[in-house]
Amino acid sequence: MQITSPAFKENARIALHDAGLQKALGNLKEGFPVKRSTAVARMPEFEQLRDEGTALKNHILENLDIYLEQFEANVIKNGGHVHWCRTPEDACKKILDICKEVDAKTVTKGKSMVSEEINLNDYLEKNGVEPIETDLGEYILQLRGDHPSHIIAPAIHLNLEDVSEIFHEKHKRPKSSDPKVLMQEAREMLREKFAGADVGITGANFLVAETGSSIIVTNEGNGDLTQTLPKTHIVVTSIEKVVPTLEDMTLFLRLLARSATGQEFTVYNTLSTGPRRAGDQDGPENFHVVLVDNGRSEMVGSEFQEMLRCIRCSACMNHCPVYGAVGGHSYGWVYPGPMGSVLTPQMIGIEEAGLLPNASTFCGKCESVCPVRIPLPKLMRHWREDEFSKHLSPKAVRWGIGGWAFFAKRPTLYRLLSISSNLFLRVMAGKKGHIKKIPLAGGWTDGRDMPAPRGKTFMSQYKSRKQS
Amino acid sequence: MHASEKPIKVGLFVTCLVDMFRPSIGFATIKLLENAGCKVSVPEAQTCCGQPAFNSGDKKSTQDIARQTIQAFDGYEYVVGPSGSCIGMLHHYTELFDENDPWKARAEDLKSRAFEITSFLTDVLDFNTILSKYDAKATYHDSCAGLRELGVKQQPRKLLAKVANLTLSEMEESETCCGFGGTFCVKYPDISNRMVENKTSNIVDSGATTLLGGDLGCLLNMAGKLKRQGHKIETRHIVEVLAGMTDEPAIGDADYELGQPA
Repeated sequence: MQITSPAFKENARIALHDAGLQKALGNLKEGFPVKRSTAVARMPEFEQLRDEGTALKNHILENLDIYLEQFEANVIKNGGHVHWCRTPEDACKKILDICKEVDAKTVTKGKSMVSEEINLNDYLEKNGVEPIETDLGEYILQLRGDHPSHIIAPAIHLNLEDVSEIFHEKHKRPKSSDPKVLMQEAREMLREKFAGADVGITGANFLVAETGSSIIVTNEGNGDLTQTLPKTHIVVTSIEKVVPTLEDMTLFLRLLARSATGQEFTVYNTLSTGPRRAGDQDGPENFHVVLVDNGRSEMVGSEFQEMLRCIRCSACMNHCPVYGAVGGHSYGWVYPGPMGSVLTPQMIGIEEAGLLPNASTFCGKCESVCPVRIPLPKLMRHWREDEFSKHLSPKAVRWGIGGWAFFAKRPTLYRLLSISSNLFLRVMAGKKGHIKKIPLAGGWTDGRDMPAPRGKTFMSQYKSRKQS
Repeated sequence: MHASEKPIKVGLFVTCLVDMFRPSIGFATIKLLENAGCKVSVPEAQTCCGQPAFNSGDKKSTQDIARQTIQAFDGYEYVVGPSGSCIGMLHHYTELFDENDPWKARAEDLKSRAFEITSFLTDVLDFNTILSKYDAKATYHDSCAGLRELGVKQQPRKLLAKVANLTLSEMEESETCCGFGGTFCVKYPDISNRMVENKTSNIVDSGATTLLGGDLGCLLNMAGKLKRQGHKIETRHIVEVLAGMTDEPAIGDADYELGQPA
């Protein structure tokens, strides 16, 4: 998808005035956070589980090479193939090669954010292979030529009317706004596609090193049909998804469902362990795992390593007041919200994505709900440090902070600055107690009044009280 | 505490916003600390906690300001301030220095002594002799840094429960950010404005006549929005109410004339 992260502010301004989007975002606020909190309240050991998940992820990241190689060896033992891809281009090319080997015309896809990250659909289409999204949200988006605005609820920015309209237009059926009818319509449309697909592509929530399995969790069952019906199953995923054992996987499944949707467990948990074996009733004949790096291995050992603990639950964005105000598309790339504000600069460059890690009040809500305790504000701050040290921050910010810091490091001068600012604002306010408009501070006074200072500065008053 | 005990030596971290906008918060903090048996000093060498530089990625300036603050508060048993955000920043100083840097240990030491005022009164001193009276239905905004970095949640409510004639009416989403965010409100004014609109709508819905909080930055933001929207709700820092120092107009309110609220 086209990157619009440099236009974050403009995107946000438009989003704030988009009535349909604001309605949809309102539903989000009432949904996931409430469900998560109910699920967490029902599980007294949830905090302990978070600690275990965090520690386990740290252990995995310290031994990532070992677990990935173990995973690869077991996939091969099961009769599958593993492809290591450093860049999005490598991954797209490899997937196309596999599709061509089996002369594929259409591929069905389960929801995969990594496939969004590598822009797979565009690549396949350009090369004569038709990708068909089978997750309901993704299917709607594909019909609209749209992209996900959320990592687990891709069409969260839409309302029922939008779906009703696009189905009517594309399916050529009578218009309906009954969710059940729409769901049935999508089901019928997709059923044929499932049966006719040559290749099925899914993502993976986790890769299990000890068995060489991949697992995807869905609430629609589309993943099962995508990966069992076609002759070839390709798993496209990223290197940090590996976990040592099946038991470790279950720890994360428990954390994931509760943190994401507030379910105790996702409806479908589907493991794929190699291709169909002799005597198996069903399953694909070919099994491929495409492992995407795309900057992740650079994060290992860096100040951003902790970000690789992420299990893509979306709790951070569900609870983020900035995401809740502007929606996912404003962030201008695949991963929105706090986790995206840390990942996106790594993947598309801080030069392009600099506005994202700055778009946070550091309220800390994201970190407080993260199942693997990623210190998201701290990591966003690291990006700001990176920006500052590379002189990428806007001049107004650099000079403003530089000038202010000059005074802050000199208490006597700082007193004078406080006294003069205090006096200036008091004169502006007169007896009203607040100011309607301050030159050069339109950012503040366009939306709210500026309360005026009450009396001389504390330091001045304190000094005169002590002397008297 | 008993009269025979030596008073606890507290250094007041004024915070730059209190210094410039609302000195009464500083004096109310001193009064509460003195009532609780502390001897309060205000070190001259303090300026700002350094948060604007820290959150703008200017690590070097932040380190300079941190060293200055650490030195300014050497020798005090405790460092107390009327802000979760600024005291939280003092705690962040430990992240600024490498393990083998001698300033690291000094930063750790400062962190162990630095407290937000309601947390200090409640968690450290177990002080609850609040003798003030305030006629109001109040609602309390949990500022983010105090809440999530310092665990300030029940402490202000415990203390407010002692204030005569005051009832607390909790707002929806009291733990959601008001959109101030220091430099955030300047860098992203549109988003900040939407966040504070959500906040004031929750404040209004609570039916409160007074909005209280523990951080002046957030209070300036919310009071400014309430004023712009024409609401009559008073905004005050919690220490003004706890110390019984509510004679002067609330944040953003006009001067009183001849003893009549304007």
